[in-house]
Amino acid sequence: MADNTITKGNYEPVVYDDQYILMVNGLKKYFPIKGGLLNRVVGHVKAVDGVTFNLKRGTTMGLVGESGCGKTTTGRTILRLAGEKTDGQVLFNGKEVYDLSPREMRDMRTKMQIIFQDPFSSLSPRLPVGEIIGEAVREHNLVPKAEFDDYIDQVMDKCGLQPFHKDRYPHEFSGGQRQRICIARALALNPEFVVCDEPVSALDVSIQAQIINLLNDLQEQFKLTYLFISHDLSVVEHISDTIGVMYLGDLVEYGSKEDIFRNPLHPYTQALFSAIPIPDPTAKMNRIVLEGSIPSPANPPTGCKFHTRCRMCTQKCKEVTPVQREVEPGHFVVCHNYDRQ
Amino acid sequence: MAKKNDGYLSAAESRRISRENRRITDQLEKKRKRKNVPESEYLTQMRDPENAVEFDDLHTYFFTDAGTVKSVDGVSFDVPIGKTVGVVGESGCGKSVTSLSLMQLLQRPQGQIISGSIRLNMGNGKAYEISNVPQEKMQKLRGNMISMIFQEPMTSLNPVFRIGAQIDEVIALHDGEGKSKEEIKKRSIEALDMVGIANSEGVYNMFPHELSGGMRQRVMIAMALVCSPRIIIADEPTTALDVTIQAQILDLLRNLKDKINSSIMLITHDLGVIAEMADYVVVMYAGRVIEKGTAEEIFAHPAHPYTIGLMASKPVVGRKVDKLYSIPGKVPNPINMPDYCYFRDRCEMKLPCCDGEYPCMISLSPTHKVSCYRFYEEHLKEAEAVDMPEEIREQLRASAQIAAETEK
Repeated sequence: MADNTITKGNYEPVVYDDQYILMVNGLKKYFPIKGGLLNRVVGHVKAVDGVTFNLKRGTTMGLVGESGCGKTTTGRTILRLAGEKTDGQVLFNGKEVYDLSPREMRDMRTKMQIIFQDPFSSLSPRLPVGEIIGEAVREHNLVPKAEFDDYIDQVMDKCGLQPFHKDRYPHEFSGGQRQRICIARALALNPEFVVCDEPVSALDVSIQAQIINLLNDLQEQFKLTYLFISHDLSVVEHISDTIGVMYLGDLVEYGSKEDIFRNPLHPYTQALFSAIPIPDPTAKMNRIVLEGSIPSPANPPTGCKFHTRCRMCTQKCKEVTPVQREVEPGHFVVCHNYDRQ
Repeated sequence: MAKKNDGYLSAAESRRISRENRRITDQLEKKRKRKNVPESEYLTQMRDPENAVEFDDLHTYFFTDAGTVKSVDGVSFDVPIGKTVGVVGESGCGKSVTSLSLMQLLQRPQGQIISGSIRLNMGNGKAYEISNVPQEKMQKLRGNMISMIFQEPMTSLNPVFRIGAQIDEVIALHDGEGKSKEEIKKRSIEALDMVGIANSEGVYNMFPHELSGGMRQRVMIAMALVCSPRIIIADEPTTALDVTIQAQILDLLRNLKDKINSSIMLITHDLGVIAEMADYVVVMYAGRVIEKGTAEEIFAHPAHPYTIGLMASKPVVGRKVDKLYSIPGKVPNPINMPDYCYFRDRCEMKLPCCDGEYPCMISLSPTHKVSCYRFYEEHLKEAEAVDMPEEIREQLRASAQIAAETEK
């Protein structure tokens, strides 16, 4: 029987620190499961279950994990795109995103943008490219009418699109070009923070490189902050400064790229990294193969959620939920193995 | 005129093309639909009895209303028995069409094998010429001799039938003569066991939506392997899966291949997967094989500028680069292929001689072949003088040196 009560307020409120553009504290997002005779709530899918991290201005955080672990929901919940949060804090530039009035939220939207995974379904087929990119700019009155056309040309140029593309429709473009349109659409609003939700997963290898380079260049130019969601670890390693690893709604490990790749602490992170195929046929590796599959997020295991597949599982892991602890400076892990230190 | 270059076709032009297409495809279809074709017509000899499949100068074209698309334009490579051959390339380079030609699953009547041959080793000295095999005979070959694991397990399983029924169907169709329903069911459950599904009897009675992505892919593999085929075509078998599941599936494929001693033709764009699985690698670009060789050769000394670019553009864990290399430009229009090297317009290492006709394959070692003018003896000196990134130059030098040594 799934537990359908929600515990709230189970986190220490954070104090705003100026160097962080985004502070996420104990964020939870549950989706209700309805059923039974009266269509009552019978349980919750715990998509995001207590995620805590801080993101410094002008850096990139990579969020990795298997599909269904809540990476995308985390990104969308931060942007307030997934309805109300269940619990926790999201401080963007020191302001709680979920406390803003609709009017304030509207202004805030220009500061935080998202690039979606699939460039084939995230562009309206009925709008020409210029309109796709410019629609939000006009809505928010960001530039005077007289300069509007020039502004759109500038944005397109920065993203590697030609001005004559403006009157074309999305179906006339290839995958890589469409992703450039998506990026231009997000950047037209001059955001400070962009959630990139698997922006290169649907693209070919050589196109991937172009888009990754473009994202890097734009970050330098506009001092952008990215939350880069991907399941491709090599791409995440290339683009990120800090990395968070998610498993079943939990952020199990979080730290700088160097720390995480040099010294992965959580058994899940270790297994994940050992599964990366290396393009060198002579390389021999010790692969940690995870048995079984990811449990249902509607009824996650008690204690540590990973204990059903963990090779270092102890009795304690099955009973007590581990808490996030800082093992090295800036390197956090949620695992009982590191309790002793 | 300007519009013409844009791929614009007038209605009359389009009608003319489609009439012409109809004429060609009707002829080919008529030949295919004949009944009672004698076996002698498609019996042939393998060039090397150690090969399971030989592709020899295969041309597969699609006759569309916008013009003829040369999806596969002169592809030759071999799949040796018991080995894994990886086929890499960008989307649209013809890797899937090559495998569909082997299965005779091309979208007909538009898609047709125009020339060249695909020889399939039937064992005991017999070999079939796939492009001439009539339809009813092909039905017997699919599943028993060749089978395919498709890319997306979500779309390739039928959502309204139970898993068991779908596997039973495969056995009944291809290998079911004289078998009772119980025997077929037993065999299906064995197949599910073989691919590592723990609760095989339970899964037998489940619907596809009740399974996770990795489980579905296992079911697909079970379906493909249930009749112990000699050749398994795995078309991007792990692209839709997570890395941890990918590792499981690759392990499984490798073990099963050895168990039933078959060959795998692995189609993917992930160089990491290729490096891990393949014995031989074939790199395709715009419908042609541009480089082939053993996995060690291709990864240690990539020779074709496209292969080098492809490898440099993929970030690798543990290798630090400030900026990823990206191949400039894009693939030429498949309807109007240039008459020079297809890669010339994107190549950063092109030579004056690259304006000439499409380069032939040149051997760097007995197994390593590349189609690029840079490795022609008379151009080796010229190639040194071209301006290019230093790391790429080093790669090329190493490859050229190997070529020179084997020459001696």
